[in-house]
Amino acid sequence: MSTSFRALMGACAVGALATSAIAETTITVATVNNGDMIRMQSMMDDFNEKHPDIKVEWVTLEENVLRQRVTQDIATKGGQFDVMTIGMYEAPIWAANGWLVPMDDLSAEYDIDDILPAMRNGLSYEGTMYAAPFYGESSMVFYRTDLLEEAGLEMPAEPTWEFIREAAVAMTDKDNEIYGACLRGKAGWGDNMAFITSMANSFGARWFDENWQAQFDSPEWKEALTFYLDLMEEAGPPGASGNSFNENLTLFNQGKCGMWIDATVAASKLTDPNESVVADKVGYALAPHKDGVSKNGNWLWAWALGIPAGTQNEEAAKTFVEWATGTGYIEMVADKQGWANVPPGTRTSLYENPEYQKIPFAQVTLDSINSADPNNPTVDPVPYVGVQFAAIPEFAGIAGQVGQEFSAAVAGQQTAEEALEKAQDITSEEMEAAGY
Amino acid sequence: MARAVTQKRKIINTAAAWAVGLLIFFPILWTILTSFKTEATAVADPPVFLAFDWTLANYHDVLERSNYARFLWNSIFIAGGSTILGLIVGIPAAWSMAFVPSNKTKDILLWMLSTKMLPAVGVLYPIYLIFIKLGLLDSRTGLIIVLMLMNLPIIVWMLYTYFKEIPGEILEAGRMDGAGLKDEILFILTPMAVPGIASTMLLNFILAWNEAFWTLNLTAAKAAPLTAFIASYSSPEGLFFAKLSAASTMAIAPILILGWFSQKQLVSGLTFGAVK
Repeated sequence: MSTSFRALMGACAVGALATSAIAETTITVATVNNGDMIRMQSMMDDFNEKHPDIKVEWVTLEENVLRQRVTQDIATKGGQFDVMTIGMYEAPIWAANGWLVPMDDLSAEYDIDDILPAMRNGLSYEGTMYAAPFYGESSMVFYRTDLLEEAGLEMPAEPTWEFIREAAVAMTDKDNEIYGACLRGKAGWGDNMAFITSMANSFGARWFDENWQAQFDSPEWKEALTFYLDLMEEAGPPGASGNSFNENLTLFNQGKCGMWIDATVAASKLTDPNESVVADKVGYALAPHKDGVSKNGNWLWAWALGIPAGTQNEEAAKTFVEWATGTGYIEMVADKQGWANVPPGTRTSLYENPEYQKIPFAQVTLDSINSADPNNPTVDPVPYVGVQFAAIPEFAGIAGQVGQEFSAAVAGQQTAEEALEKAQDITSEEMEAAGY
Repeated sequence: MARAVTQKRKIINTAAAWAVGLLIFFPILWTILTSFKTEATAVADPPVFLAFDWTLANYHDVLERSNYARFLWNSIFIAGGSTILGLIVGIPAAWSMAFVPSNKTKDILLWMLSTKMLPAVGVLYPIYLIFIKLGLLDSRTGLIIVLMLMNLPIIVWMLYTYFKEIPGEILEAGRMDGAGLKDEILFILTPMAVPGIASTMLLNFILAWNEAFWTLNLTAAKAAPLTAFIASYSSPEGLFFAKLSAASTMAIAPILILGWFSQKQLVSGLTFGAVK
């Protein structure tokens, strides 16, 4: 036996020993490219230190690709992912299909009762939570305190749509590129339809009646959509039919918006002087409602971590989920990057923390989240769960098409009546085809 | 007089060619420019063309966050592997069709091409399920096989048109001088077909490099190539265009450089069959 061969054998033996000493489990986490998710990836040193036996691989994908990719993998039991980032829309549907591992045996230290009830409900199916919220959001009004003052108006804590319209028109100065109402207009079930559906709720409208009949022919929908289109016409920026979260965020940060109604998580971006030229002039209020209607026009959403049923690494996956969505993680981020950067909207204890209460938008975010009820989203009863969506598999497809019609109406290609008529036809047809 | 017209026409033709070229290249140029902007400048309205503060911050962020080398290596491995495998299968197929055609050869060629007429997503689920059974999900081997199959019709067609151009008489002369099948392929056919094989190889490498349906759908963490690297920089909540552009520029740079050096072969390869 040559010396080099013996040396090689020795090296192999040492290698084998080294690998067996730490039996490493590798878990694959699928996620989207959001600020909080990226921050989590930079916090991995802490996880690796606490759990040296678990190695985490990240797969970051575009939101729609992620949804399609994860659905495909979970439906075919491909086993590509051990932890998946999913939203409030998917959680109850996938849980009903038996695709997710229930989160009913998390450790006592995790303190599941600390999770905000609205979030826990939205991610539950038949009373069991199936995905742990990483961060949660509702929507609220962001407004320019200086422009509103110039207009001689004062923002009530719970504004009505009528007030929003008055303020938006007063703030608009098209010659100087200042637009009173920056609202979503870009077609997509998670884009314009999230906003318009929430808004319609606050006008007393609903997607379906108790028998799953489409309701776009109701006077409430007509009033809501007409109001939205008029507001966009009078006080919206040009090209609004292409604007969603990112576009409006940019406009607001450039000082071109008087008001913007969108996700509560935007607050930390609007108040960051590195990103925004109006960082010190931002005010917050609850999402508006129509005078006399009890529902506000705000949505409820969570990015949550779910574990696909059938994963080989369930234990390791749960360990990771507990780490990422636990209170310890929030404290660690606060410690390293400040309270403004912690993932918001998931835990009661965060909002009880005096340090966090100092953040100007903390309370209004909590109030917004608490005022959204996914189990009871509309004035009249509905057969579905979800505020800005109906948690049925067909919804994303239907709302995508309806979103196109509403976006076309914003672009001036059709009237509210025409858009609603088409929405009614599309929805009725699709629902009938789906067997409702 | 006639000369003046020719000159004028020449100028017009050149100008038109440049205009079309620039029009086609503009999105790539814009991507490259955007990659040097800040996120805010990237979405500025009106758009800024050149007068902005150039920054390398996006490249820094992208390199810090992603393991570029791993994605790059996967791309090279998958694109290279599928091209080589495709040539191994495609050269004998094209050879037999070009030199010993049967009365069904044309039908077979058309049938091969017809597989390209089905949208890829139509076979996604069958292939996904097969991959699960064979344990090929998120493996480079699996992707090499699928991309090879996807590009095989193009490989065979391109090589076939090339081989058709080689006069059969030369092969006959070789045979009369005592060349066997092996000698015929190795010493007569191959040297004459090298330009054709080279351009087929290049085109397929580029096609496999840019393939973004199968590479996104069949990979997760281990085998993901540069297409997945680009896809990871789009964001639903937050500005991302500058970083996405930086990632795109890094993903296309290798293939752009390769294309630049081999453009002569590519152009002659692509126009070869057409000039008859």
